[in-house]
Amino acid sequence: MMKEELYEYILGVADNSLILGQRLGELCGHGPSLETDIACTNISLDLFGQTRSYFQYAAKLIGNDATEDTVAFLRTEREYRNVLLVEQPNTDFAYTIARQFLFDVFHFLFLDQLKNSNDLNLSAIANKAIKEVSYHQRFSTDWIKRLGDGTPESAQRIQAAIDDLWRYTDELFHTSNIDDKIIEAGIGVNLSELKDPYYSRVIQVLEESKLVTPESKWFQKGGKAGVHTEHMGYILSDMQYMQRTFPNMTW
Amino acid sequence: MSENQIKNIEAEFDARIARDEKIEPKDWMPEKYRQTHIRQISQHAHSEIVGMLPEGNWITRAPSLRRKVALLAKVQDEAGHGLYLYSACETLGISRDELYEQLHTGKAKYSSIFNYPTITWADIGAIGWLVDGAAIINQVPLCNTSYGPYARAMIRVCKEESFHQRQGYEIMMTLAEGTKEQKTMAQDALNRWWWPSLMMFGPTDAESVHTAQSMKWKLKRKTNDELRQQFVDQTVPQAELIGLTVPDPDLKWNDERQSYDFGAIDWDEFWQVVKGHGPMNKQRINARVSAWENGEWVRDAAMAYAKKQEESRTKQAM
Repeated sequence: MMKEELYEYILGVADNSLILGQRLGELCGHGPSLETDIACTNISLDLFGQTRSYFQYAAKLIGNDATEDTVAFLRTEREYRNVLLVEQPNTDFAYTIARQFLFDVFHFLFLDQLKNSNDLNLSAIANKAIKEVSYHQRFSTDWIKRLGDGTPESAQRIQAAIDDLWRYTDELFHTSNIDDKIIEAGIGVNLSELKDPYYSRVIQVLEESKLVTPESKWFQKGGKAGVHTEHMGYILSDMQYMQRTFPNMTW
Repeated sequence: MSENQIKNIEAEFDARIARDEKIEPKDWMPEKYRQTHIRQISQHAHSEIVGMLPEGNWITRAPSLRRKVALLAKVQDEAGHGLYLYSACETLGISRDELYEQLHTGKAKYSSIFNYPTITWADIGAIGWLVDGAAIINQVPLCNTSYGPYARAMIRVCKEESFHQRQGYEIMMTLAEGTKEQKTMAQDALNRWWWPSLMMFGPTDAESVHTAQSMKWKLKRKTNDELRQQFVDQTVPQAELIGLTVPDPDLKWNDERQSYDFGAIDWDEFWQVVKGHGPMNKQRINARVSAWENGEWVRDAAMAYAKKQEESRTKQAM
């Protein structure tokens, strides 16, 4: 297996944390209560921390003066590998929570497997990150329940968010040619094996929250191949602003 | 209580403060002491929460991952400070909702410095270095203030603020050692934040209405002008060390006083901003009000859910 392939694989994992962290970072100071504000910022911090560990490793793999920041900030939109789910906007708190929950359940299952990776760097990152993500999952699950079984308004809002974001869940389990090689080498995670436990966990929580599991079988994909929704360009305009305006400087 | 009894109890209260004893929430206290503390602690809490906005403005655009994480953590610290200051304030018999109401309607004030915009990355450095630096000078004496919950909250707040101040200075130092554009950015930020930072210590002693009573209750240990002088003396050498120029042509070392003389503060600007007409007053309050209003259905849901949970537990117990 080539270093470049491992590099690409890491981007596919880390970009999810980067972009979701960025989305949560937008909310800092605007939460519905101080407690939720602090919690969302905390999750964002965890995700950026994970991103840094992955990118520091990725930068070492490709050499050529690459750093965590060149990897994070200096790619074009088509080179980001995150799933479409994590780039969806903070339409309201229900969307923020639904996006978080639908990702956290996957993230936890994923890291639980990545812990067993033959790649010691990745397994070390996974071992640390899973502790954080187990908290994220608890936080978002609790809020799904509160909103689902709270007031009629909250139930309607969280149901709308789940219905709307549902079409982005299937992409979590798509694999590329690179994935296949990485899995074969005992480094990566076989995503197809996560699909059943994922949906059974999600459906269980939705039921406990008195919410309806969407029936739609129409799904969206593209993020993993760098074909993003229209939101992505704006996320990057913000995120890359300093690096693009003032190239090659130390901050 | 007879008038005499009240006099005795007040005398005992004053004596306790004179002996540096802490006043605790359930202790008797004069109504004015309670009101003054509600005013000051809530003003402080509001400043933390409104202060999240100008810095939060740069989280999505921070220039490196390291800076982004540090800024997020810093703004989160401010939220934490708000949380324990509101809690300290609640011990005086007022709810967080009432305190928010006072902020949103303009009845309560917050630090005017946050009504200035953060327009470049260097502003994040300048806020940490100057604004947190000024805040520390204001706040360190409060670690020994007479009201127990406030004093204890301040010990933690000050530790974190001191870290923020060093972090801000380090941002400025990196810029000052960087390219021409970076150095210009740093100097520009110092130019814009210097005078508002000096205004953070409040009106001159002659104009300050609360000073005398606050000194008596150890809510204040030094006057506004003394603290302002301390800030100038501390900060000018820090600017010189990294090659930045303090934007005050009258700034001069006074050998006799062993202190810096500095130029006149534009008090018209100060009062304009305090009275709600600074560059960002409207936006800051709008941001707080809309976060609160947009969050109402979320808070209602959490309350309704908690109630349902409790009801089902009671039912099971029966």
